Amino acid sequence: MVERRRLLDFVPHLVLMLGIAIVAFPVYVAFVASTWDAATISNGQMPLRPGPHFLENYYRTIFIGTSSSTREPVGTMMLNSLIMAICIALGKIAISLISAFAVVYFRFPFRMAAFWIIFMTLMLPVEVRIFPTYKIVADLRLLDTFAGLTIPLIASATATLLFRQFFMTVPDELVEASKIDGAGPMKFFFDTLVPLSITSVAAMFVVQFIYGWNQYLWPLLITTKDNMQTIVIGIKKMIVTQDALTEWQLAMATAILAMLPPVIVVVVMQKLFVKGLVETEK
Amino acid sequence: MSDVRLDSVRKVYAGGVEAVNGVSLEIADGQFCVLVGPSGCGKSTLLRMVAGLETISGGTCAIDGRVVNEIEPAERDIAMVFQNYALYPHMSVYDNMAYGLRNRGTPKEEIDARVKEAARILEVEPFLQRKPKALSGGQRQRVAMGRAIVRKPKVFLFDEPLSNLDAKLRIQMRVEIRKLQRALKTTSIYVTHDQLEAMTLADQLVVMNKGQVEQAGAPLELYEKPQTIFVAGFIGAPPMNLITVPDGGMPGLTLRQRPAGVVVLGVRPEHLYEDGSDSSELAIDIVVSAVEAVGAETYLYGALNGDGPELIVRVPGRAAHAPGQRLKATAAAAQLHFFNPETGRRIG
Repeated sequence: MVERRRLLDFVPHLVLMLGIAIVAFPVYVAFVASTWDAATISNGQMPLRPGPHFLENYYRTIFIGTSSSTREPVGTMMLNSLIMAICIALGKIAISLISAFAVVYFRFPFRMAAFWIIFMTLMLPVEVRIFPTYKIVADLRLLDTFAGLTIPLIASATATLLFRQFFMTVPDELVEASKIDGAGPMKFFFDTLVPLSITSVAAMFVVQFIYGWNQYLWPLLITTKDNMQTIVIGIKKMIVTQDALTEWQLAMATAILAMLPPVIVVVVMQKLFVKGLVETEK
Repeated sequence: MSDVRLDSVRKVYAGGVEAVNGVSLEIADGQFCVLVGPSGCGKSTLLRMVAGLETISGGTCAIDGRVVNEIEPAERDIAMVFQNYALYPHMSVYDNMAYGLRNRGTPKEEIDARVKEAARILEVEPFLQRKPKALSGGQRQRVAMGRAIVRKPKVFLFDEPLSNLDAKLRIQMRVEIRKLQRALKTTSIYVTHDQLEAMTLADQLVVMNKGQVEQAGAPLELYEKPQTIFVAGFIGAPPMNLITVPDGGMPGLTLRQRPAGVVVLGVRPEHLYEDGSDSSELAIDIVVSAVEAVGAETYLYGALNGDGPELIVRVPGRAAHAPGQRLKATAAAAQLHFFNPETGRRIG
């Protein structure tokens, strides 16, 4: 819009600011709660300004953990979550790139059948196939391992479809030029296709990292050892409902810590992320 | 030293469509061969079969005496320039040119020397570190050619390389390609649908139609002695006037000597003169319907005797004719072509 009027500028900004305030307020409260001591929070008189126990609470959370419920410092949980999220994101990207490459560039029997089968798995997320998947992982003795935590989540129809769509926009002449330049299929894949897909890869990484980081049901099922807990599960376990006292300041610090990595990933990769989703010119 | 021999080469696509239907050609070492024809005539398919990008359904293709039917494109020792350039978008100009050599394990110093040499010849030295995105169409075209010449292949293949350029640049690049090919003396096959490009570039001009070779030979030979109606109509701009003359002749058209039966008479617009003397072999009456003045010459469009077939006459310089005017045009015996209307082949 070329026209600029003060009022027309002001109203949308106000709406946006209100929206941000509504979304950000609970996060702020969580942060404030993580800087007071347990007594202040539980007597219901917690002020809306940061308290004096910031360093103490975060130190305890990261290096010691809650005294009763999780028995494990949150630092370990974060490391577990990080390994899981990165393995899932990179694994999904690697598998999807290769399978999209196969579907687009090779003529093998039942190529379209293979594509449709991949497509249909969109309808079968972990929650639907959870019992058979658990059984397989258990039989393979992968319970309480990173392999068990990540491998069943790696196959990804979404990323395969995205890369397939992207590969179809790559001109055929590039393949032919590569052939004449003496590059075999895998050399073409690594020298040309992957560098061209880099923005799509970045976009996928952001989406899949957050997907992996936020996993709840699957880690809950297959991890039983304390040192394999992920942070999302840790938060849940910290909020005790019966008999014991919930250490709210630690639970809130954990929640804040759990939010950080996805935020960092989004902030760092934002430019590439947007480019990867909207870019059309190759 | 490398010639290309095609022996009854055929291409049949799955589904039975026959794109190339028995083409035999001999392209001598160092020759510039241009394949020309309307879209869908099989010229690009033929080129892609020589490149190895399409399988050959029948016949043989030999480069430098070696049958290459089953050999991978990379091992045929050819280089190809594509219509849309097909440069690797993520690589610099330098890397684009060096890529093929690196894949072949050429020593680093030699790659560097060859790329710099090609860049110098093609005047793209200032852009070596740029990405193709930052280049203009003409510059990209040069890089694409650079990628071909650094390899020093036995054969250059060009697939309509100038189609994406604007008219002025096209003429300039056409001249440069010709100069470059003369200097390098590399056997070349060039596909185009532009007959002017074909005429100016070719040592050997091959006119294709419906998957077959209509005529092959020196460009002027095709212009002066087209062997079929198709070649007659395709080579030359504006196209040759083709009139089907019945056995008894037709009103407004006087022919002194002619083959018996129904014939197709061909005469080029530039061979019709309006100030006809009575000694001319052919005299025709035309009623002008449109005048196209392009400066150096004027094209008069009109119908034979007012209601007959449409004809074009080229008049040098400016013409004083106006639509509706009558015009008597004549032509000499040597400029007349007769074709058999059934077979489409030349008579005499």
